[in-house]
Amino acid sequence: MVPLVSFKQFVNDMRRQKLRTAMTMFGIFWGTCSIVLLFAFGKGLTEAQLRSMRGMGENIAIFWEGITAQEYKGLPKGRRIHFTEDDVTQIRQRGQHVERISAEYISYDVNIKYGKQSTARNIHGVWPEYGPMRNVNPVFGSRFINDRDMAERRRVVVIGNLLAEDLFGEDDPVGKEILVNGVPFKVVGVMKKKQQDSSYSGRDSRAGFIPSTTYRSMHSRRYLNNFVVQCKPTSTMLQTRREIYEIMGAKYKFDPSDTKAMAVWDTTEGFAFLKTFFIAFSAFLVGIGVATLITGGIGVTNIMNVVLEERTKEIGIKMAMGARKSFILWQFVTETLLITAVGGLLGFLFAWLLVSVFPAFNLEDYVGTPTINVWGGVIVIVILGLVGLGAGIFPARRAANLQPVQALKLF
Amino acid sequence: MIDLKDVEKTYVTGTVEFKALKGINFRAEKGEYISVVGPSGSGKSTLMNIIGCLDVPTAGEYYLEGRPVIEMTSNQLADIRNRKVGFVFQAFNLLPYATSFENVEVPLLFAKLNGRYRRRRVLEVLAQVGLADKVNNKPTELSGGEMQRVAIARALANEPDIILADEPTGNLDSASGGEIVRIFDELNKLGKTIIIITHDVNIASRTDRIVKLKDGLVESNGNML
Repeated sequence: MVPLVSFKQFVNDMRRQKLRTAMTMFGIFWGTCSIVLLFAFGKGLTEAQLRSMRGMGENIAIFWEGITAQEYKGLPKGRRIHFTEDDVTQIRQRGQHVERISAEYISYDVNIKYGKQSTARNIHGVWPEYGPMRNVNPVFGSRFINDRDMAERRRVVVIGNLLAEDLFGEDDPVGKEILVNGVPFKVVGVMKKKQQDSSYSGRDSRAGFIPSTTYRSMHSRRYLNNFVVQCKPTSTMLQTRREIYEIMGAKYKFDPSDTKAMAVWDTTEGFAFLKTFFIAFSAFLVGIGVATLITGGIGVTNIMNVVLEERTKEIGIKMAMGARKSFILWQFVTETLLITAVGGLLGFLFAWLLVSVFPAFNLEDYVGTPTINVWGGVIVIVILGLVGLGAGIFPARRAANLQPVQALKLF
Repeated sequence: MIDLKDVEKTYVTGTVEFKALKGINFRAEKGEYISVVGPSGSGKSTLMNIIGCLDVPTAGEYYLEGRPVIEMTSNQLADIRNRKVGFVFQAFNLLPYATSFENVEVPLLFAKLNGRYRRRRVLEVLAQVGLADKVNNKPTELSGGEMQRVAIARALANEPDIILADEPTGNLDSASGGEIVRIFDELNKLGKTIIIITHDVNIASRTDRIVKLKDGLVESNGNML
């Protein structure tokens, strides 16, 4: 073990060779910083995409009426299949794979008024389960439609966050009364702001949601616009769809394999694609990361080699003055480790700083919120450190194994 | 004190062998002041490097204070270089980025001496060579003579018994060279064993004994006092 007293010399050496130390440190700094940023933004982007994909709801499918395309049990093809709220109730009772389900009536461009503010937006008549399933989540201090609203056909409404801004500006809408087509409704909920990249009837942020029972009492409508199903986490949407076709097929007499009888949008299909895409995207990022690491490693190795000549002489002088082999090696190892640690840490902190100030640029809707991966940073620093160590220690060992006179190039 | 018997040194460069020393016998007693002379390529520097443990012989025996150097480990050799022998080079071999103080401190650091002692000792030896006012100068800020005096101070730092100097005035003008030689004279009076390689007849004539080398052999061993 070399005592601490040698540490002074080591610090001296580092201080004296500013350029070399700074260049090596910068190599490590840059490598660490770029890889940490690469992964931070990659992760942010992936999560933003997945979040806005989930904005309409996770593991859901939407069913619309259709026209049969096959003859079935003596009945002709070309029959229109509508559904009612009773059908949806029946699916909920009998469906083994159904986690949540909701009927949905929609009225388009309904006049909505609060005080002097007036606008025309869509009104959805839905069930309480619709909220959690479709990610229409209430902000703190408000709620979604509940079972009592349904049972008592209350005139309550949950409004999208942008509709709330349009009508109320900065004011709190909860508890206030608005006019929907001239009928007074009490606002019980405001939807939490969300990312939504797909829809089938306009964005939820500008819509209003009322109990389906209330909707039916105001409109003499028999048939639904559509219903929305969420499958159980343990089931696949394909199983769920098949089950629903069987239940509805038995009731309305159509072949369960007749896909034209009901139109369906299975959002899990797009989700599966996106997941595959992001696995490929991550692999791409890892590829770039590896390339950056190699570049950084080559840089560090180069710097170490450039100073080899100067260092060999220095090693020779020190050995002539009585330095042991172990000291020479110890000095190289500590030096490299310290340079790597400081450079890596600075790179990491710089990346962290950039990520921290990033929200100020208001670009999060486009590229997501970058997230630092601490372990990724540590791995990068360790790899660059090993590269630097390899680049530094082999020449040092070669020099330390020479006779002092050879290192001094005296012969 | 220094006793070399039939020492040979062969350098191999690729397939070419060069025999620098062909069987040298050399003795030096404590307190002797010796100059080594001879034409270029006669093996002077090689002999000096072997005596200073900067290099090892290919064959023969070398006893330093009665101990066989041939059998020593690399750590033991490092300790000898650190404490027993002070080496002064023609090209000074100072660390270019360090001050006079830091250069002289190097052997003291390797000897694991404490900071207060090191500081006192560095200032002491720098004063001894007349550089008390150049403690914080780097080699680039010193003249050739001053650099060589820093190197001598460094060689003296650990109070070695033996000082080896390989053409210490070779890179200096005659005035600076004269000062360096006077320092060696004084050191010898203090009891140090001093061996100097030189081409300069004036320097050689001041020493107690002149050893002549030719073609890797001792041509004349001078007169032992």
